[in-house]
Amino acid sequence: MLIHNRRHADLWTLLAPPAIWALHFLLCYVLGSVACAKAGDPFAAIPLPRLGVGLATLLALALILVAGRQARRHWGFGTADPPHDDPTDDDRQRFLGFATLLLCALSFVAVLFVALPALTIADCR
Amino acid sequence: MSTAPDEARRAAQEARLEQAWETPRGLRYWSAVNNTEVGRWYTATAFLFFLFAGALALLVRAQLAVPDNDLIPAGLYNQAFTLHGTAMMFLFAVPIFEAVAILILPTMLAARDLPFPCLSAYGYWCFLIGGIFVCGSILFNAAPDAGWFMYPPLTTDPALTGIGADIWLLGLSFIEVASIAAAVELIVGVLKCRPPGMRINTMPLYCWYVLIVGGMILFAFPPLIAGDILFELERLAGWPFFDVSRGGDPVLWQHLFWIFGHPEVYIVFLPSIALLAMIVPTFAQRPIIGYSWIVLAAVGTGFLSFGLWVHHMFTVGLPAISLGFFSAASEAVAIPTGVQIFVFLATMLAGRMTRSVPMLFAAGALAIFIIGGLTGVMVAIAPFDWQAHDSYFVVAHLHYVLIGGMVLPLIAGAYYYFPLVMARKLSDRLGRWVFWLMFLGFNIAFLPMHVTGLRGMPRRVFTYPAGIGWDTLNLVSSIGAAIFAAGVLLFTWDAVWGYRRRPPAPRNPWNAGTLEWLNPLPGPEYGVRSVPAIRSRYPLWDDPDLPRRVDQGLEFLPDAEEGRRETLVTSVLDARPIQCLRVPGNSFLPMIAAALTGAVFILTTFHLYRAGLVLGLAAMAAIILWLWRGTAVIPEKREKDIGQGVALPLYASGIRSVGWWAMFITMTGDMTAFASLVFSYFYFWTIHPVFPPPGPDGLPLGPGLLWPGLAALATAGAWGLMLAARRWSGQGGIAAPRAALAGAALLAAAGALAMLAGPWAEGLDPTSHAYPAAVWVLLIWAALHLALGIVMSLYALARSLAGRLTPEHDIDLHNVVLYWHFAALTGFVTLATVALFPLVG
Repeated sequence: MLIHNRRHADLWTLLAPPAIWALHFLLCYVLGSVACAKAGDPFAAIPLPRLGVGLATLLALALILVAGRQARRHWGFGTADPPHDDPTDDDRQRFLGFATLLLCALSFVAVLFVALPALTIADCR
Repeated sequence: MSTAPDEARRAAQEARLEQAWETPRGLRYWSAVNNTEVGRWYTATAFLFFLFAGALALLVRAQLAVPDNDLIPAGLYNQAFTLHGTAMMFLFAVPIFEAVAILILPTMLAARDLPFPCLSAYGYWCFLIGGIFVCGSILFNAAPDAGWFMYPPLTTDPALTGIGADIWLLGLSFIEVASIAAAVELIVGVLKCRPPGMRINTMPLYCWYVLIVGGMILFAFPPLIAGDILFELERLAGWPFFDVSRGGDPVLWQHLFWIFGHPEVYIVFLPSIALLAMIVPTFAQRPIIGYSWIVLAAVGTGFLSFGLWVHHMFTVGLPAISLGFFSAASEAVAIPTGVQIFVFLATMLAGRMTRSVPMLFAAGALAIFIIGGLTGVMVAIAPFDWQAHDSYFVVAHLHYVLIGGMVLPLIAGAYYYFPLVMARKLSDRLGRWVFWLMFLGFNIAFLPMHVTGLRGMPRRVFTYPAGIGWDTLNLVSSIGAAIFAAGVLLFTWDAVWGYRRRPPAPRNPWNAGTLEWLNPLPGPEYGVRSVPAIRSRYPLWDDPDLPRRVDQGLEFLPDAEEGRRETLVTSVLDARPIQCLRVPGNSFLPMIAAALTGAVFILTTFHLYRAGLVLGLAAMAAIILWLWRGTAVIPEKREKDIGQGVALPLYASGIRSVGWWAMFITMTGDMTAFASLVFSYFYFWTIHPVFPPPGPDGLPLGPGLLWPGLAALATAGAWGLMLAARRWSGQGGIAAPRAALAGAALLAAAGALAMLAGPWAEGLDPTSHAYPAAVWVLLIWAALHLALGIVMSLYALARSLAGRLTPEHDIDLHNVVLYWHFAALTGFVTLATVALFPLVG
């Protein structure tokens, strides 16, 4: 699997965490806008889409944590110092692991950011 | 120590390389396809469009300098600001990225050329023709005049906008084709044409940015192309996608435009910042601190930038929860953007900075960009944006972002890379003048605009009354614009004439560490003398003997024994050499194909459809001829010795072929355009309580099930036959794959006709309502993909009959089958959307 138990890091594992963010973002947007467009009433409450956003957020955060765990392993748990610029298989793996770990952190925060409006906005105004 | 025979051998090698890569003279010069020539033309042309768009800006500022001004009439003013924005974004900001990348990327990779030189040349000629067409329209008082984002319903009525909107839509669609072509070239270049040993963790940061931006173009530009198609269908044929009275919605255009438009800002920003990532380490004389953090920033920004588009639409009236999502993402993108700035600052602080003009511009760029970034965080907050929207505050914000984030880093790059291209430095003394004129002029022009905007001055008004607090601020802005323009003119003078007076630049004049500075200046036409194996991020610092070994031809591919243009192809992650790629030589065909393609768009603008169709077929013939002659050529031998005992294949098909990657990448962009059309269909579903709408008989409209079902069967059959053709060919068959190719073409024709028969038989009138229009446009899109599949299958069949496609040499077949995967997917999704979704929706 791309974010779990992958032996070698590559460009796909690097792109996976922000891709999870993108899917989460798309889902939030679709849930909110379709519910409000179909409701047709600005004051309509949208409890189900908000719940959907919450569940999607938990799932996305969990997936990013899984990806982060793998990235940390690819990085070698920080046993070697950066900049990971030796022309070796090991350093290439460490570099990709470290960059992926950073992307996991960014994606985690960005998923949280995007989920916040669903906590406070309860209707379609 | 070298001996006389060694010297003679080297001289002979150099002579052969020179002959193979010689730039043609006289009129044939314009048939050049080599990256150095195309890159120069591209850069010069984009810069000319920059000057043109800048002149329009001066016209705008002159008109606004004093209240109640009557320097230019309102109509011309509208054309001037529309064309200013349009040309700056489409004819300068994006193309200059492609231009600079085509120019310097091969040198940075020590590659002799990028993998598809004819494609670069085709892209350039498309850009030139489209750009002249769009810009030239103002001379005939026919330029687009409704703002660079062309909002309907103002723009969908031909009586209101004249031909300007068509020029905008068709001219820019044509130029977007050039951008996608460049993206394909650059992505494959970075992934597959690095020198041996330049692993993914040692490639220059510029390459990372090019890779990310290339990917972003594939996902950002196609939605606009899809939008342009819908828009033109409404203008030319009356299909009501954006007409509320017939079930359309103008907000759909805003979505499609800004799904393109916001990533576009990052598409122009990241490559310029990439130049800083090359410049800062050189002048700090140390490796960049936080290479991985830059990768984080580039990838992170690339993704997050796709979640920001609605922040241009905060005042449309969308539900607050939607605004909240986009506002949150707009705040989040500040994180990776800030990371880059901190990385540059850390590198500057840790190194020993040398004073130089490129660094002056780099520092000025960061200062201006940070202000633009901070006002960006302000307007990302929806309630603030409601106050500032469409005011001069936003004009100030976007210019701080674009001039700080794009223009000034680019000028820094121009000072830095000028010796690489012209073998002479620009003047340091004039450079400081240029900087201070531009930096001060810019701030004098745009800082007051924040206040002008907060005092309520809206964008795009051609004049304003005196005495409401805007007079002095506007006058100051206009004076600043003139000072800024003086800086640009001084730079232009130095870059066109002044540099000739400077002494020749020495090799590696800035003592940089990366490979683009490997060659003596001016560099030979064949690029590097031999392609070095790379072992670090800054090979010129870490391996001082490298230039000698390269010059003496001791590294890879030091010769062109067969007189052919060759470059190395390596693996994606570790850059292990896997192929010696022969690239096509000079040819007029890309120019002819671009001229014919351009003519199609221009004739369509003037509603000359028949002539357009004829020239369209001619353009296709030219492209087929270019592919037939120049691609998938069967080499005279299986392998070639590239030196140091390494022999590489001259032919590789399937996933090992660069053509396969180009097809994959192109079709990814194609799928994005398709996804945008599907999005439009579902968008209409969300805004209509009943969808599909009922017909005259009260039953829901639709294409029925019979014809879509038959179309699905025929498409599946055609796709299956293509898979069979590849399989049988792989097993050594000749007659069976040929029969399968012919059968696939026949079934595809049946499938395409069945797709169109559905709505035809059910009498769906695309001008009556947005629903039938959306069904028709999806089915036509899918049918056109099958039609193109027919052309490709027949092309492969013809290649097989001509002996150019054999079981051993099957690049074309693999690439055509790859295309068919996407075409079949397009067909199935389309049919499921138009025929099955109404049953469950």
